[in-house]
Amino acid sequence: MTTTTTLERTAPIADWRDFLALTKPRVMTLVVFTGLCGLLVAPVSLPPALAFTAILCIALGAGAAAALNMWYEADLDALMKRTRSRPLPAGRMDRQSALHFGVGLGCFSVLLMGLATNWFAAAILAVSILFYVLVYTIWLKRRTPQNIVIGGAAGAFPPLIGWAAATGDVATLPLLLFALIFLWTPPHFWALSLFVRSDYAAAGVPMLPVVAGARATRIQILLYTLPMAAAAIAPWPLGLAGALYGVAASALSLLFVLLALPVLANKAAEPAGMKPEKRLFAYSVLYLFAIFGALVVDRLLG
Amino acid sequence: MTDEEIRRRQRSRAIAMAVLLVLFVLLVYAITIAKMGLYSS
Repeated sequence: MTTTTTLERTAPIADWRDFLALTKPRVMTLVVFTGLCGLLVAPVSLPPALAFTAILCIALGAGAAAALNMWYEADLDALMKRTRSRPLPAGRMDRQSALHFGVGLGCFSVLLMGLATNWFAAAILAVSILFYVLVYTIWLKRRTPQNIVIGGAAGAFPPLIGWAAATGDVATLPLLLFALIFLWTPPHFWALSLFVRSDYAAAGVPMLPVVAGARATRIQILLYTLPMAAAAIAPWPLGLAGALYGVAASALSLLFVLLALPVLANKAAEPAGMKPEKRLFAYSVLYLFAIFGALVVDRLLG
Repeated sequence: MTDEEIRRRQRSRAIAMAVLLVLFVLLVYAITIAKMGLYSS
């Protein structure tokens, strides 16, 4: 007698690559890099195995937050060109799998961080995941154009976590690094949202260009760039970093401001005419890598 | 999705999970050694 086995399923079976995509690996690189820099500039050095674990936990925590973000925003992602090929809107994964994966990964990262380094770093990691999911994704994103301003704090935690993993506390320098990323996030995302405005408008996300228009957004970009530059340079006059960092941070920040000026002057309403915005967006990523890299080099040579 | 495709995906997920578990065991071993070094110094 032969039996025919038919696998009847209503939910799709996701590939492991879909779970990897759920963690937004490209965003994770910046998170991992800033967390690593926070750990490297701390006055206490961890054994390599513990330092690796701390960075791994920061990466896994960011991945968990990204997965939960995609779980909650599957309906929005389906409406935007930029995000509709993600595993959930594309129908390659069911929502419950994404939720279980995100919650499991988040709990795992916090527990491992606590056991491998200290529970203070684990607590900050937990706060950063919850902040991104509850405050930014669920509360602010669909309600206010200030979503990216307040929600930007979630992405600013990694250097604080890296420092806390090494030392068990926080100090002025990691708080300044937190402020730097916090103030960098609005110009970075608003430059992007200017040239993908139609995507956000179609999804009903109240990003600043959708709600207040391109002109107001361009002014805000420049206004945020100035305190961002101050936060970037501040470690030098405060004696928390050396001249190498000070000169690098000043030059990089000056270039950021200089690239924000053509954005302010630009009158284009269509993405095709938004070369200054695209240039500023690309430079903003490089800027953060370069600033944190300069701080580590300064600390290693100093 | 065909049965073969479902089986293939289940198999690739199982392999990925097995690899991750082995890596986790190695990580816990490395953490233990590092912690022992910290407490003995």
